[in-house]
Amino acid sequence: MRKVSAAAIHLFLIIASVVSLFPFVWMLIGMTNSSSDIVKGKFSFGSELSTNMNKLLDMTDLGGAFWNSAVIAVIGTVCTLILSSMAGFGFEIYRTKGKDRLFGILMLSMMMPFAAVMVPLFRMFSSMGMLNTPTAVILPTITTAFMIFFFMQNTKSFPRELLQAGRVDGLGEWRLFTHVYMPTMKPTYAAAAIITFMNYWNSFLWPLIALQTPDKKTLPLIVSSLASSYNPDYGMIMVAIVITTLPTVLIFFLLQKQFVQGMLGSVK
Amino acid sequence: MGSKWNKSNLMGWQFVLLPSALILLFSFYPMIQSLLLSFQSGKGNVYHYVGLSNYARLFSDPMFKQAVLNTLLYLVVQVPIMLMLGLVIAYFLNMPGLKFKGFYRTAIFLPCVTSLVSYAVLFKSIFAVDGILNRMLMSIHIIHEPIAWLMDPVWAKVAIIAAITWRWTGYNMIFYLAAMQNIDPSVYEAASIDGASKTRQFFSITVPMLKPIILFTAIISTNGTLQLFDEVVNITNGGPGNSTMTISQYIYNLSFMYTPNFGYAATVSYAIVIMVAVLAFLQLKVGGEKK
Repeated sequence: MRKVSAAAIHLFLIIASVVSLFPFVWMLIGMTNSSSDIVKGKFSFGSELSTNMNKLLDMTDLGGAFWNSAVIAVIGTVCTLILSSMAGFGFEIYRTKGKDRLFGILMLSMMMPFAAVMVPLFRMFSSMGMLNTPTAVILPTITTAFMIFFFMQNTKSFPRELLQAGRVDGLGEWRLFTHVYMPTMKPTYAAAAIITFMNYWNSFLWPLIALQTPDKKTLPLIVSSLASSYNPDYGMIMVAIVITTLPTVLIFFLLQKQFVQGMLGSVK
Repeated sequence: MGSKWNKSNLMGWQFVLLPSALILLFSFYPMIQSLLLSFQSGKGNVYHYVGLSNYARLFSDPMFKQAVLNTLLYLVVQVPIMLMLGLVIAYFLNMPGLKFKGFYRTAIFLPCVTSLVSYAVLFKSIFAVDGILNRMLMSIHIIHEPIAWLMDPVWAKVAIIAAITWRWTGYNMIFYLAAMQNIDPSVYEAASIDGASKTRQFFSITVPMLKPIILFTAIISTNGTLQLFDEVVNITNGGPGNSTMTISQYIYNLSFMYTPNFGYAATVSYAIVIMVAVLAFLQLKVGGEKK
């Protein structure tokens, strides 16, 4: 009886794993096949990889899109980490009623659907003449209540004696933040960086609105526009998907622990 | 001591002011703008107040009704399936002595690293009429002729629900696994000694102890589903005939696809705001009880 149920559990988990992994295999196989073979469900490697790649490079400015995505994700992540950790440090270390109340208000922003703010944001950036820039993509999520909360939660276990010791050594509060807090909190920064990077790298709706000319588009916008044509060429789309997915898969495998920690965020 | 503390309290504000101001500027200010806009109508940059007429229009707008029904359907069908699946998988993965745990966990979590656009397009190709999924289902005789997944109003919804479940089950599983690891194993041992079966233990130990985290994932999933956009746009683009369109997509279309009508779009967006607020409140009421 025990063995039967263990086998059933393994069977269930194997099916779940196969279903989970299948689309990854499918995109790798698809990358090497022609579009007509892909929509016919051909499930074996083909010889169209270089054709697909060349088509993609001809049709789109792939390098440019990769660069645009990278600029937005890297600069956005750095800014978000600095600002959110500042706030997390401030709210937690110098805790007062007033600050708690402010933070409580900020938390409300987590319940604000993006669809409700996108039109005013669009008009705001348009009136400032900032549409179609990476800055416009980065700014709306440059600090989020979620990230501040994440840093606050992790700051709870930060050894405060270090701050006291620093003060005795004559360090100012900003110095304490940059020279004591930041180095001690490296694992938290790593986890936060991964999640923030992913969010910027994968974001779609706001870049779709904020970026208008082809030379500014990011990878998800390229994939989406290729796939929405009347007769999409899946061969080259698969190449674009693999290129879009590769960085985040790599980050996941290299930094699995921090990755999962970041996902779990502040829930412990 | 007191003055020193006061000084550092004031110091604290310099760390929180700029980040807070940015959230107020990019979340709260647009929310208020959006509310004001929902009482206005106009074109270009010329808008004038029209009272409640945008809100009145909601009730006679078949597209709005369709978008709300679709979104609620995704919510009611997809979220429970996904959370249940995530919970069961986490329960199995948490069993002591199970082999290949690491592999299963990594495989099932991996979908979470894909971008929403990429996986949506992947699924679009998988759901092609002559595509791989139909071929596989036919080869194992589950179906006898291909299903026109994305051309049929019902199957298209099934396809979208399947895709979202693929992407997010592992995400929820990770939360449950982390929480389960905090349950003292001796609780299960005691239950086993008392003769409680694994199924019984799942329902009378695991689920109750995980209640706060289940509530948390239910709220974030609800929030996410009410804002569904990327998947639907890239798998079906709302079709066939608006049968899969979500509220977010409708707002996007009203603002940027049809003749721009920012006022009415803002009104529709407040429908989501209200739904998010009401559902979060209900879930907290039902799930939180009196603690």
